[in-house]
Amino acid sequence: MGRIFITGGRIVDPSLGMDGVGDLVIQDGRIEAVERGVALPDGAQVIDASGMVVCPGFIDLHCHLREPGFEYKETIATGTAAAARGGFTTVCAMPNTNPVMDTRAAVEFVLERARVGGVVRVLPIGAVTKGSGGAELAEMAELADAGVVGFSDDGHPVADANVMRQALAYASGLGLPIINHCEVSELSAGGVMNEGWVSNRLGLRGIPAAAEEIMVARDIALAETTGGRLHIAHASAAATVELARRAKDRGLDVTCEATPHHLTLTDEAVMGGPGAGPFGPLPEAAYDTNAKVAPPLRAREDVAAMAAGLRDGAVDFVATDHAPHGRTEKLCTFDEAANGISVLETALGSLMSLVHAGGLPLPTLVERLTTAPARFLGMELGALRPGSPADVTIFDPEAEWVVDPAAFASKGKNTPLAGTTLKGRVTATLFGGEIVYDGMTGAERLQGKIRTEYAGLVGELP
Amino acid sequence: MLTTRRHALDLDDFSVREIEDVLNNAEAMREILGRDIRKTPALRGKTIITAFHEPSTRTRVSFEQAGKILSADVINVSGSGSSVEKGESLYNTALTLQAMNADVIVIRHPHAGAPHFLARHLRASIVNAGDGGHAHPTQALLDLYTMRRRFGRVEGLRVAIVGDVLYSRVARSDLWGLTAMGASVVLCAPPTLLPVDMVNGYRGAPGHPFASVEVETNVERALDGADVVMPLRLQVERQRAGHLPTLREYSRAYGINARRLALAKPNALVMHPGPMNEGVEIDPEVAHGPQSAIEEQVTNGVAVRMALLYGLTTPAREEA
Repeated sequence: MGRIFITGGRIVDPSLGMDGVGDLVIQDGRIEAVERGVALPDGAQVIDASGMVVCPGFIDLHCHLREPGFEYKETIATGTAAAARGGFTTVCAMPNTNPVMDTRAAVEFVLERARVGGVVRVLPIGAVTKGSGGAELAEMAELADAGVVGFSDDGHPVADANVMRQALAYASGLGLPIINHCEVSELSAGGVMNEGWVSNRLGLRGIPAAAEEIMVARDIALAETTGGRLHIAHASAAATVELARRAKDRGLDVTCEATPHHLTLTDEAVMGGPGAGPFGPLPEAAYDTNAKVAPPLRAREDVAAMAAGLRDGAVDFVATDHAPHGRTEKLCTFDEAANGISVLETALGSLMSLVHAGGLPLPTLVERLTTAPARFLGMELGALRPGSPADVTIFDPEAEWVVDPAAFASKGKNTPLAGTTLKGRVTATLFGGEIVYDGMTGAERLQGKIRTEYAGLVGELP
Repeated sequence: MLTTRRHALDLDDFSVREIEDVLNNAEAMREILGRDIRKTPALRGKTIITAFHEPSTRTRVSFEQAGKILSADVINVSGSGSSVEKGESLYNTALTLQAMNADVIVIRHPHAGAPHFLARHLRASIVNAGDGGHAHPTQALLDLYTMRRRFGRVEGLRVAIVGDVLYSRVARSDLWGLTAMGASVVLCAPPTLLPVDMVNGYRGAPGHPFASVEVETNVERALDGADVVMPLRLQVERQRAGHLPTLREYSRAYGINARRLALAKPNALVMHPGPMNEGVEIDPEVAHGPQSAIEEQVTNGVAVRMALLYGLTTPAREEA
């Protein structure tokens, strides 16, 4: 493996406190040097990154790769290709596969498939309970030994408070977190979207934000009781952010993630886009099944609180909850539709809207996508420190593009963002020093000015 | 004239002018209903499919009769006994209906938004005959028509809608129609059967079409001075789901009986979208009493549906 020289980009690495124009040298899959004005090494492949941001590869702590069991929705090969396109070099795979990842064999299968066909790093998450049935703990120590980075029954909340208590306590002995999908079923049963004026407008059954808040409060109490590591998956409600903030203030080991959609979209997306405004007639596109997700997209106040939490750190990091589905699972009535959004390839564009709106400094966003999740994993990732694996994402913060799900690498075309314009796009992704996504030469090219300005971005200098 | 309308999914996109056109045409249709030979060739050669994925007699028969009097070919596809029962998806059902080249598809479905789904995927005009808890626009049109026939106007009427507002598609469509036509509406129910946003003040937002709607949990106050009293059907499921202690308590607290009706204006009209639970939300004495317009609503339903079907299938005309 040779040398790669990434020159002229804005290098942002919060772990090094770095934000400025500089050069990056990669040698044999590792970062060799990162500084300003490095002399061009002999025989290096040169990437002209001027106008671009160069940062550590993004880390996604929460995605669904669907393999084994639901290969028609996604495979580890297609899911990791989608990750690379989205700038992610590490993805954590949720265990709600078939069979559920509750045994060493299931974990090893996923790791093997990732080794053979994966484009980026895959870290498995094991089930909390056998079959994610919520009753008896899975063999957590065995799973930890096989390589899982945490435990979750995602898709299903750990409903029983005692099971949750035991899980937090048991996992604390392994140093691993319990990642809970917080939602009490007594309040969520039958609901298909956020409860509020939109659900009333549409005549759909709502799920109140309190369904999440109640279980978050319970789990924080149990984290305190056990001293365990609690991680709140896909927070959606303003109250959750406040509870997480207070738990941290009290010194508890509680972390919280937010998805790009809960940070940027409201429940009004179910009405099928802005249409004629909140009080106008419903457009034909109303009841957009691609906006159906668990937990549901919430009200404007919740979305604002999530974004504020991401800025001030009450929300520790971004995770995608990438949840690809087959066509028929969304081509139906809203009540029948499956929950989930295909997120990996639109995540950066969505999140950059927070930066462009002026509410979030770009280095903070990068921190929430790299340094913070790396710290959570306790791994030498998410940094451009010399000697680290050369996982690097290069993105153009100003590039505007129109979301076309047909062009996704993911099998999941289910996104409520189809046809919308996002500003901010991944240009290239390097994993272990290899270019695993090249927006310039890939099948799907960047549009207009980007292509002309940066044509020949990757290549040998004469 | 319904010059450009393709679908009737709810009343939210009907202008006042459009609603008035339907009501005016319904008056002409009622005249046809009174003839010895109740047949007019207006829709000859047109195909109407009624696809009912939920039990219904009144509404389905009403559409069927409306279509037949207008000389359309009416085909009924009901949920039970059809491929729907075999687990066929709405999308595949839709493709089958498409192949039949229907001009109009009248859909009743337990899921909100099913008519919008068909409207996105089919060429035919879609008429919503009730979708989940969302909308029932032809019921709202017939309610408006019934009020206008009795009072000569809708504007300025005080309409009390009492009961299961939370789950009621009739109440939702009535709200659009009544507020558009200038009626004042009071919604009355126990707090557990009111949508949260009707209670928590979101209606105060600027431009909210229901800003003027009153919400009242006391039925005596709600009925005070009402021109129209409309109890909604209360389903026994609400008791099981914990919204109510018992139907008996509901009936005592919210049932429309003669004593309560006396609080409304002396000539107040009693309406009900049916089917009724007599003895629960409405006392039989009131349901069949002199102030009841409930039977007339059924007749008016046919006239209004004739007017709507006529408007949707007749080629666009220049405004006079």
